[in-house]
Amino acid sequence: MTEWYGMVPEFGQLALIFALLVSVLQVVIPLLGVRNSQDWLMAYARPLASAQAVFLLISLAILTYCFVVDDFSVAYVAKNSNTALPTPFKVSAVWGAHEGSLLLWVTLLGCWGLAVSLFSRSLPLDMVARVLSIMGMVSVGFILFTLETSNPFERSLPSVPSEGADLNPLLQDFGLIVHPPTLYMGYVGLSVAFAFALAALMGGRLDAAWARWSRPWTTAAWIFLTVGIALGSWWAYYELGWGGWWFWDPVENASLMPWLVATALLHSLAVTEKRGLFKSWTVLLAIFAFSLSLLGTFLVRSGVLTSVHAFASDPERGIFILALLGICVGGSLLLYALKAPTVASVGRYEWVSRESFMLLNNLLLVVAAFAILLGTLYPLVIDFFGMGKISVGASWFNTMFVPLSVLLALIIGPGALSRWKADELKRIGGQTVAAAIISLLLAFAVPLLHGGDMNWQVFLGIAVALWLITVTLTDVWKKCRGQLSRIPSLGLSFQGMVLAHIGVAITIIGVAMVANYSEEKAARMAPGDIETLGAYQFEFVQAGHIEGPNFVSDAARFRVTKDGKEISLLTPEKRRYNARGQIMTEAAIDVSLFRDVYISMGEPLDNGAWGMRLQVKPFMRWVWLGAIFMSLGGALAMADKRYRRRKTLQEANA
Amino acid sequence: MKRLMLFIPLVVFFGMGVLFWVGLGQEDKSVLPSPLIGKPFPQFILNTVESGESLNHLPQEAVLVNVWATWCPTCKAEHEFLNALAQQGVKIVGINYKDDDFKARQWLKAYGNPYLFNIADPDGQLGLELGVYGAPETFLVDSQGIIRGKHVGDLNARVWEKLQPQFEALK
Repeated sequence: MTEWYGMVPEFGQLALIFALLVSVLQVVIPLLGVRNSQDWLMAYARPLASAQAVFLLISLAILTYCFVVDDFSVAYVAKNSNTALPTPFKVSAVWGAHEGSLLLWVTLLGCWGLAVSLFSRSLPLDMVARVLSIMGMVSVGFILFTLETSNPFERSLPSVPSEGADLNPLLQDFGLIVHPPTLYMGYVGLSVAFAFALAALMGGRLDAAWARWSRPWTTAAWIFLTVGIALGSWWAYYELGWGGWWFWDPVENASLMPWLVATALLHSLAVTEKRGLFKSWTVLLAIFAFSLSLLGTFLVRSGVLTSVHAFASDPERGIFILALLGICVGGSLLLYALKAPTVASVGRYEWVSRESFMLLNNLLLVVAAFAILLGTLYPLVIDFFGMGKISVGASWFNTMFVPLSVLLALIIGPGALSRWKADELKRIGGQTVAAAIISLLLAFAVPLLHGGDMNWQVFLGIAVALWLITVTLTDVWKKCRGQLSRIPSLGLSFQGMVLAHIGVAITIIGVAMVANYSEEKAARMAPGDIETLGAYQFEFVQAGHIEGPNFVSDAARFRVTKDGKEISLLTPEKRRYNARGQIMTEAAIDVSLFRDVYISMGEPLDNGAWGMRLQVKPFMRWVWLGAIFMSLGGALAMADKRYRRRKTLQEANA
Repeated sequence: MKRLMLFIPLVVFFGMGVLFWVGLGQEDKSVLPSPLIGKPFPQFILNTVESGESLNHLPQEAVLVNVWATWCPTCKAEHEFLNALAQQGVKIVGINYKDDDFKARQWLKAYGNPYLFNIADPDGQLGLELGVYGAPETFLVDSQGIIRGKHVGDLNARVWEKLQPQFEALK
């Protein structure tokens, strides 16, 4: 006799199947309604989208439950968990490998659908019907994919392993609890902008209203993407143990490309909303942004490219995702090619105008994304023509990306203070002369004071960052006409923009400083040894052992001093995880706003000595602080009142 | 003309699609290009698990060198397949990686021994030189003792289909 609770995983699978059925209905019924102008059919879009989200959430909750209670009869749980694993990590193990992370992916997609159905009161019903129907199509594809090739509920009956294989130790970390869900929220969130764009194409109504509806959704997805990427970089920095924070790894690129295009989309949407221009281009960007996030999914999961992040690859899955990608991207681009001519932009603008700046911004961002795409796919192309296996190094990406970012940083400030339609270089120049002088002078001073000699890379980085900040502040000053008390009345959108742009500058400063002034030393150290790096002394006080819940580690106690004063006690570890015997380096970091002190343990040497890696990284935090500013800016802009006007729009459409 | 321009993104995407299609058909990507490929197998002086006698070279014929351990569940999953390979006459040398000799002998008694012999590497020293980052891993070594290929993860019928021609060529 089977107890009902022995069947819990089957309920999870059942919920997933229900979600699939509901999403099929969500595709068909609202579209039928639109086609036959039947309001009551269109009205099914919202409840169906909500039901889909509920079933997916149930399914995800059941998988989480299986992890928490160590149900090793579920093959996925047995492969990625262990009884000794602490409970928070059991929860995060849900998305620790391919199957579960895919379930998370579709669940978040369902949640975005739910959000659209909740916050779309101001939208005309046919628009809601189209948007949710398109999101339903994406759901159908990916739920099918999950059920067909990557079912997380698959059982390994009747021989149930008594113990699980444990979660990859790299992933046993707070960063990994939060990084994937955030990033996926961003990826999947772009499907909303995508659905809006396609719905507008289908309905032939690419107008300012469409851009206004689409903007807050795009911004929301962009915020998640920004935070997700920053979290990933932060995680790599402290968990991989060599102090790097960006590796131009295919998977990182896969997240950066949609971010760049989504950033372009945000700006292009602004032009479409305010001026009714760039419509066709905006639609294309919305398609690109989501396509690139699908492409990221494909690259990570198909095993087409080798990467440190790669999930267990399986060609069968690859073909399925490729087909999904083909239908989704190919279909939308076909729709674009057929329908785009019907939506001509009206309105003119001069060479010097905010529109031109926005165009330039879009161009730079898209070219940057394209350069990264090229670099990421290049090894594949080379392989394709049988010219051997190569990998594109960081230098390619840096030579492409750095100049483009510098150009972009130069135009952000003037772009934001320029006027729509027509402006004069003289006016813009007049407003920014002071800013230019200040930033050049300070940029000369920084490398001289910090490093002691002229470093042109630092100069360039600091100059463009300060230029961005000073021009932005000038703009604020002019807009509030010299009275800071007027700042609150400038509007949340404007304040958000200012914050986000300053965030860009902060990140640039961080990158320029840490890339040029990081100090590093690899030394053989035994207890009692002292090494000096820059202004810091590192004393290896003591060696010891630590017993964790599912690992044992060799640890080293360090006293870090500067000018004879103790800064901190740091304890880097070398962990060995019991279940898989995997060795992990746990770096110890002393964090402050202007520098990080970073110690990681290398290999054990003879006589109790260890290879130690000591690093001092100035302004490291600024790289991520900038991302926080950007996302806060996005949040402010989203909160702007004009997105929450309801009645007026409904009347306009009546 | 302008109308045709709108099809450009579609055409570009189609080209990429073809590229991916071909990329998928390529050999298993977990055959990572290891810097050790083409290099001689690292030198070692270690004991065998079975008898404890000291050993410093591989047999002078084409062998698979399989890195395994009793703490590794995937190794257990792989073991049946290794037994089958041994029966087909494939020569396999084991490296018992960061493990206990006694446990290893018990394992071999319980699940069968597909190996010519097993090198005990309790400190993971040899594994480190081989660039092992997780068991199981398998190296293809030719009769001159040169590493010709590497596979990360378990060997199974699907993987072997791809490795076999490479291995046969070494003989």
